Amino acid sequence: MNERILQILIDSFMKILMAGIKVTIPLAVLSFFFALIISILVAVIQYADIKGLKQLCRFYIWIIRGTPLLVQLYLVFYGLPSIGIVIPAFPSAVLCFSINEGAYMAESMRAALEAVPKGQLEAGYCVGMSYWQIMRRIILPQAFRTAFPSLSNSFISMIKSTSMASTITVSEMIRQTQIINGRVYQSLALYLEVGFIYLIFCTVLTWLQSWGEKKLNAYGGTR
Amino acid sequence: MIEVKNVYKSFGDFGALQDVSLEVEKGDVVAILGPSGSGKTTLLRCINFLEIADSGKLIFDGEEYDMHSISKRNISRLRRKTAFVFQNYNLFLNKTVLQNVTEGLIVARRMPKDEAEKKAVKALEKVGMADRLESYPSQLSGGQQQRVAIARALAAEPEIIYFDEPTSALDPELIGEVLAVMRDLANDGMTMLVVTHEMNFARNVSSKVVFMENGHVIEASDSKSFFENPKEERTREFIQTILSGRE
Repeated sequence: MNERILQILIDSFMKILMAGIKVTIPLAVLSFFFALIISILVAVIQYADIKGLKQLCRFYIWIIRGTPLLVQLYLVFYGLPSIGIVIPAFPSAVLCFSINEGAYMAESMRAALEAVPKGQLEAGYCVGMSYWQIMRRIILPQAFRTAFPSLSNSFISMIKSTSMASTITVSEMIRQTQIINGRVYQSLALYLEVGFIYLIFCTVLTWLQSWGEKKLNAYGGTR
Repeated sequence: MIEVKNVYKSFGDFGALQDVSLEVEKGDVVAILGPSGSGKTTLLRCINFLEIADSGKLIFDGEEYDMHSISKRNISRLRRKTAFVFQNYNLFLNKTVLQNVTEGLIVARRMPKDEAEKKAVKALEKVGMADRLESYPSQLSGGQQQRVAIARALAAEPEIIYFDEPTSALDPELIGEVLAVMRDLANDGMTMLVVTHEMNFARNVSSKVVFMENGHVIEASDSKSFFENPKEERTREFIQTILSGRE
């Protein structure tokens, strides 16, 4: 019996891992990339106090943070087709994850922007730079450095959130595991195995995070 | 060269500046003295539009600007002729010493990089910081940061440099190195408007002194007669307090 479980684990390991490499990671990387763009835009709009757009950003954050990711996924994948908008599973997942995580990351970015000393902006003005030049070259780089740990945190959490894409038929690791489990019926072993693979992914990311933080620390503490 | 007339500025009910006027000629080193809360820093910030005055006129090189309704365009035009040194240095924390000085030249003035770097190194040599080009602000002492900030101001070849309490945030033993650089600039004929608490600087380096209190200019005169023959009672008291505080 034990030998059978071992054999199942060995057979399934590569299949689940490949689903991770081919689906989970691209899903997380793409979603994180778009979430990052969204979060920078949303944070900068609020920081720069652009009238009208600022209210829109608060509304976006309010809606997204106030509703479950699962509801958002279902709405996009199962709900939208009823009004004629059909988006395939993988793009639906990317769309939802970027919009969802973007709202959280925007708050981290905004806090980081506000932590940049006001004097940086004034100094930029006094050497003749425009607001957007200062934003791009002085304030955002400093804010990004402050936000880096919490952005890394978001990325790690996104790797795990991608498991929810299984509910809208994306064949990522959990779905792959479910399919295998449907044949061999070894829930304990298989879910331990997939959990372990998530753990490997997240461990690698944690290493990358400390490496990145060291790189960013090159210019020392901010006073 | 630069003249401000009838500047008013309030923060809520508090009248920080009440009908302040002031004149700086080319080559002048003007020290603005006064107790804290007298409006000296606010005046300097209004002159460089870091605060927008409620009313007042600024005449720069013969051109007159309304200090309340001045356009953004004119603000940046004026800023390109001036430089500002802050109490807290405000070096760009994500840039090296060299980049701090070249940043404004390259980005705001569109100067080619190698030309900007040449100018920057020259300015940094002047303040004795050319051996720390690759350091970041956080790796420098306060005095060194302030000297880099002065080099950043110098490199833009401004017509006037504004100093906002440039030594107030420094440890006592670091004040001397910054004042020495400022004295050096004064000797080179740089026009400077300096908000300061350094009596020795006001007395020995500056050519004129403006004494402010409660948002008013109480007395303005050349520094010799300011310290030797103050006209106003309040000025005499102030000088007395400061000098006796020294002993």
